[in-house]
Amino acid sequence: MKLHRIKALVIRQLYLYPRNFPRLVDIFVWPVLELLVWGFLSVYLEQINLGSLNIVSILLGAMIFWELLSRSQQAVTLVFYEDVWEKNLLNVFVSPLRLSEYSLSMIFLGLVRILMQGAILGLIALLLYHFNIFQYGIYTVPFVVSLLLFGWILGLFIIAVILRFGTSAQVLGFGAIFLIQPFSAVFYPVSALPHAVQWIAYCLPTTYVFEGMRTVISTGTLPVMTLIWSFALNIVYLALVFWFFYAMFKKVKEKGLLLKLDQ
Amino acid sequence: MSSVISIKDLKKTFGSGAKAVTAVDGISFDVKEGTITGLLGPNGAGKTTTIQMILDLITPTSGTVSIFGMDMKHHREEILSKVNFSSPYVSLPSNLKVYENLYTFARLYGVKDVQGKVDELADFFDIRDLLLRKTSSLSTGQLTRLNMTKALLNDPKFLLLDEPTASLDPDIADRTRKLFMRIKNERGITMLYTSHNMEEIEEICDRVIFINKGKIRDDGTPQELVKKYGHKDLNEVFLTIAREAN
Repeated sequence: MKLHRIKALVIRQLYLYPRNFPRLVDIFVWPVLELLVWGFLSVYLEQINLGSLNIVSILLGAMIFWELLSRSQQAVTLVFYEDVWEKNLLNVFVSPLRLSEYSLSMIFLGLVRILMQGAILGLIALLLYHFNIFQYGIYTVPFVVSLLLFGWILGLFIIAVILRFGTSAQVLGFGAIFLIQPFSAVFYPVSALPHAVQWIAYCLPTTYVFEGMRTVISTGTLPVMTLIWSFALNIVYLALVFWFFYAMFKKVKEKGLLLKLDQ
Repeated sequence: MSSVISIKDLKKTFGSGAKAVTAVDGISFDVKEGTITGLLGPNGAGKTTTIQMILDLITPTSGTVSIFGMDMKHHREEILSKVNFSSPYVSLPSNLKVYENLYTFARLYGVKDVQGKVDELADFFDIRDLLLRKTSSLSTGQLTRLNMTKALLNDPKFLLLDEPTASLDPDIADRTRKLFMRIKNERGITMLYTSHNMEEIEEICDRVIFINKGKIRDDGTPQELVKKYGHKDLNEVFLTIAREAN
């Protein structure tokens, strides 16, 4: 593993950030617009008085954390799309770059984007809705880490699928995340789901994150077992996604598909 | 003269059963140090598949590729750090400025003095005034020079050039060929070169390998082959070999 190669790919993307307007819109404008929609809805629900529930905390917290998950997945896939769209994949893969270094550079860029988005969303939520993303302090951090991890896992999975099945699968990069949203208990508890599909929810690390976050918000205590489950599942999925990624890349090389992605 | 690359019984079959297609069918050849070798053949002959196997972008079905006496499976990083590739069909990111592209690839190849190397090559290829321009704004000729600059960033010992003058006008193509001769003479880089322009091949290649339907059909210096087939130039040799195989 060579740090200079990871750094090269990270810096290449960072060159573009200050001068690429669509990229800035993608990082800042869409998440902020979504925050505004959910923020106004939360304020409205609070005004019509639904009892003692802290609607702003529950809905806005869920929305912001869902956004972090979604954006961390997209950040990883967009870095790969950039190489496909620019027909640059061959140039990258005829260099001594390792697949693990390529993956790490995407993950690191994802982290940079998420830090920027998290900062702007947190600030706007505080200013407009008096919702402090860090009001539960250190308890929030491990859940956020777990979400980012699962976002990267999904991102790598999508890239592996595109490598193997071609650019027609690119739509997954923007839509796949919504396949897991209904089962992740983002805005409602798992108990609200039909019994027949609850097992799906319990197979997702995201479910434990959102359930755990609601516990933190309502009781102020850290549900340790919930957190352990989310990390344990992430570790399993991380191992599986790396195995899948390498297996797909091996298949791509056997079938000569890398050149086709670049055409 | 030692061999930079040695290929033995290299074979690639895509698919299996009745749908199996053999793109490269057991070819063997060496490329001697400091020479330019042309890999020629009609479309679909197996040239690109061979180049991709050399670069470890396609896994061979059987056979071996040895570069600098090492095999790609165990020495990939070591080999690729001394090899580079250029093709007009592979782009550099168009949304980056020229110097940003060069800095990125210099870092990818672990170049020690990035600024110094980019400056040196910018002078060599006469692209200094292009460094601050966006890559998307370059003309085809300028892009060719940029691709060649990128290809020399790591001081390669072995360079693969896939139809480097395709889509260039005769003037720029001529300048590009002269550039290759200069690179060979001044830097002693070994090159494997594909092209459909036989005049160009006669001008710059020390040796040519004709490949068709995945097999090597003939091999020798351009002059030897023209004499052997009793034709007036390499273009006629190409037509004979391409049509013989049909």
